[in-house]
This record gives sequence, structure tokens and C-alpha cells, in this order.
Amino acid sequence: MSKQIGDVILDVKNISLRFGGVKALTDISFNVREHEVRAIIGPNGAGKSSMLNCINGVYTPTEGSITFRGHTFGHMDSHQVARMGIARTFQNLALFKGMSVLDNIMTGRNLRMKSNLFLQALRLGPAEREEIEHREKVEQIIDFLEIQAYRKTPVGQLPYGLQKRVDLGRALALEPQVLLMDEPMAGMNVEEKQDMCRFILDVNDEFGTTIVLIEHDMGVVMDISDRVVVLDYGKKIGDGSPDEVRNNEEVIRAYLGTSH
Amino acid sequence: MGFFLETLFGGLMAGMLYSLVALGFVLIFKASGVFNFAQGAMVLFSALAMARFGEWIPQYLGVSNFVLSNLLAFGLAAVVMFLVAWTVEFLVLRHLVNQEATTLLMATLGITYFLDGLGQSIFGSDIYKIDVGMPKEPLMLLESVFDGGILINQEDLVAAVIAAALVALLSLFFQKTTTGRALRAVADDHQAAQSIGIPLNRIWVIVWCVAGVVALVAGMIWGSKLGVQFSLSTVAMRALPVVILGGLTSVPGAIVGGLIIGVGEKLSEVFLGPYVGGGIEIWFAYVLALGFLLVRPQGLFGEKIIDRV
Repeated sequence: MSKQIGDVILDVKNISLRFGGVKALTDISFNVREHEVRAIIGPNGAGKSSMLNCINGVYTPTEGSITFRGHTFGHMDSHQVARMGIARTFQNLALFKGMSVLDNIMTGRNLRMKSNLFLQALRLGPAEREEIEHREKVEQIIDFLEIQAYRKTPVGQLPYGLQKRVDLGRALALEPQVLLMDEPMAGMNVEEKQDMCRFILDVNDEFGTTIVLIEHDMGVVMDISDRVVVLDYGKKIGDGSPDEVRNNEEVIRAYLGTSH
Repeated sequence: MGFFLETLFGGLMAGMLYSLVALGFVLIFKASGVFNFAQGAMVLFSALAMARFGEWIPQYLGVSNFVLSNLLAFGLAAVVMFLVAWTVEFLVLRHLVNQEATTLLMATLGITYFLDGLGQSIFGSDIYKIDVGMPKEPLMLLESVFDGGILINQEDLVAAVIAAALVALLSLFFQKTTTGRALRAVADDHQAAQSIGIPLNRIWVIVWCVAGVVALVAGMIWGSKLGVQFSLSTVAMRALPVVILGGLTSVPGAIVGGLIIGVGEKLSEVFLGPYVGGGIEIWFAYVLALGFLLVRPQGLFGEKIIDRV
């Protein structure tokens, strides 16, 4: 891969998150560079999803700040984060089950649609053109994810692996600068995992999208990530290239347990 | 046969109105998971606004054109409902995001009493009439087919046409516009909708506005038929069995449910009533709903509730 890793696009500083007495995250700092694939790994309950939810605006960190393209925020609503150019996928599928694959991905274009409600309802002039324009972009995404055959199928009827792709497609429709992925490979069989890896790398490569992904399966992550953060019990215990992390004493201990 | 059809039509048209009120429930429940107890109060409030504006506009603005003054009254009442929607979101819902469903239900119960009171203190508490020029004469149909033909209330017919047009308009809005798509998205999954940049607060205002307009149309039709009075507020209670029957999350369910209950009420009253001494119309809907709760708690079209254990 001959991609150019750029400057820091997302900078997470001293984030702590507490729910009452529970410390979900303690003083976490790391950064993400443009065009890289950045993984956050850790055993179950390490705080990976909490971290992602802080960046995404679902949770407000108790302390610390997040800087995205020079813009620093402590609290931000999810929909504002999306407007800034950060999209996400979900661990437990959160698709719009009643809608077709096409409509699900089209919702991702909502932010960019400007034309008047009444024009849209009647399919008049500019609204029609706009719809077609967005439809083209969506078709590209559908082609890219190889789900052409399921365009009109209600997503609820698709097998799990394909639903995961639709989830990815909806996020891609926002044309985000940063894509957050919450356990994209969870619950998949080997073949589906390979497909997903390929899509992640292609998104990164072809669209230049920066990717932050969470995974607890170390094997997969090490192959596709440029840099890895390791969390355990809400604390950062490692940060670096896959090789550095693999040989980190503390990481090995967290994953394999200490001998008592 | 002619009498049976007459009863059937009467039932269908009454059912259409139940559907309208039920639709208000479904819209809000789908988009925000709130069972809006205040839907009935919104019907009363909007009907009061419509009736009074209908009086005031010719009186104070000197608009004597019948159609124009009615249009103005309808428009102003719609604006009032927008304000209600916005205020409810700003003062109540916004602060109760992610609270228990019961908490939200109690909040809408509060809104019900507040709206009932506010409506009467602004617009007065007498019985008012709404006159939008609904035809009152009954219509004879199919005289050549049946002996005596079928007697149909023209007012009911117009009301049913208006209701059907509103439903068609709503489905166009939901299926074809970006906002409609956003509403459906929010209805399916709040979190995912937010993650693609759909602001929940604005969607809630929109959906309460739409429910407000639906309430206004329902209030206008009932008001012009029976006069605007406090009992309009209890219309919601009549529509409750409809949503149980049709399913709280389904727009077609609200419509079909309303029709079934309208027809069921009338037919049972006429054909079963004599055997049990009449009065079936009052409780028929509730018994039917109870039966449904036992057999199919999610309603005819509602989503099946599957809990992972």
C-alpha cells in the first residue's frame, strides 16, 4: 500500500468517563492521523465502545477534550458530529429495519439534500435532479459493497453479514472524513470477516477515509491497522504499530492473564 | 340488504374519523416512543381554535368571504398547533430524553390537562360551532338496485374523503421527501438516525406539528358535525381501542383498525343490539381491543415484540 499518512486529524486528550462510581475510561489520550487505519483493541469491558461513543457524541466525557480538524469540543450531539464529517457503524446492527437497502443508504445523504419539501413530494424540477444526483452516489456505494442484488430488499430480511455491509454503506453515504467502526467483524464467520477486511481496506484506500475501528479479536486487527491503541479496564496500556503492540508485556498480560 | 349496506357505510365513515385520531397517536409513538395521551386534548384545542378564529375573523378583520375566512381560520389554527408542538418539545420532551416510557406518558397526561385548561381559558368554554360548509342533506344511492335505495349522510361522505386525502398526503410526505425519510429513520432507530446527522429535537417538533394538523382536521370534522365542546377531548378514549387493534407502530394499522371498529360498532349495535338490550356501541370497541390484547398484543400490523432472554 502506498498511501500517504497525513497530519493529526482527530486528537483525543485526557478523556475520562465515569458513570456514578464506575470508571469506564481513565485519562485516555491518543491521536488519529489522516488516511490511517487506527484500531482500538482490548478485552471485553475495556472501555472500547465507551471511547467510540465519546468521539461520536453519544456520551459526554467527564473530563478531557476531543479535537477534530482544529475544532475542540467537550460535548457535542451525535447529529452535530455527523455534520462535521464523522460517521459511524454499530456493533449491534442499528439499521432502519422497515426500509429497503436503497432507502437505508439514502438516509445517509439526507444531510446533503437541500431542496424544498413540496418540490420533493411532487418530484418537481430541482428536487428530481437532486434526488437523481444522490441516487448515483448511492448506487456507487451499492456497487462498491457488492450488494446490487439486494437493492430493494427490506434490510430486516438480509443475512447478518450483508446487514453489516448496509450499515457500512449508510455511513459511507455521508462521505465522512473519519469513519468510526464498532466491532465490524463481531459475530461473522471467517469468509464474512475476510470480506469486511477487504471493504475496510478499500474504503481507506479508494476514498481516503480515515478509519478508527474497535475489535477484540486481535488477529484480524493486526493485519489491517497502521497503529493500535490497547485499552484494559478503562486505561491505555499500549499504543503503537501492530508489531510494537504485539510485543508489549502489558498487552500480553492483559490478553493472556498473569500467572499467579 | 339495503339496510345492511347503509349500516356498513355509516360504520366505515365513523371509522375513518377514529382512524384520524388514532393516526395522531401512531405518528408520535413511532417517532419518539411516546404514547401521547394528549392527542385528544390536541383535538379539542385545535377545534376550539378553529371555531373561535372562524368567528373572530369575519368579526374583527371584516373578511366576509366564506371560503377565505375559513381558510384563514384553518391556517391560524394550524399555526397555533405548530406553536403547541414547539412549546411541548422545548419545555417538556427535550428534558425527558432517554427517560422511562412511563415518565413520558405521565408528562403527556400533564400536557392533556394543561391543554384542556388553556384551550378553555383562551377560547372560552361554551359550545361553539364550526361551519365549513359541509353539506347536510342525506343522499340517496342505488335506488334502482334496492327497494328504497341506500341513505347516505353527505357530511359523512365529505368527511371520509377529506380524511382519505389527508392519509394520502401523509404517505406521500413519508415516502417521498427527505424529511419523511428522516422521520422513518428516527422511528426505526434513534441512535442510528443521530449518527447520520438527523437532529432528534427537530424531528420531534415536526412530528408533533404533523400530529397537531391531523388533530386539527379531526377536530374540524367532528366539530362541524357535533359542535365543539369539552367532550371532544374524550375522543382520544374512543380511538384507544383502534391503536390496540391496529398496532401502535403502524400507519395502515391505524386506518384499518379505525374502519374495523367503526363498522363493528355499527353492525353489532344494529344486528346484535336487540338481543342484549342495545348499548353495544359504547363498549364494543373496548371488548374487541381486549380480545386482541389476549390473542395478538402487538395488534394487527404492529411489530412483533421479541425479547432476547
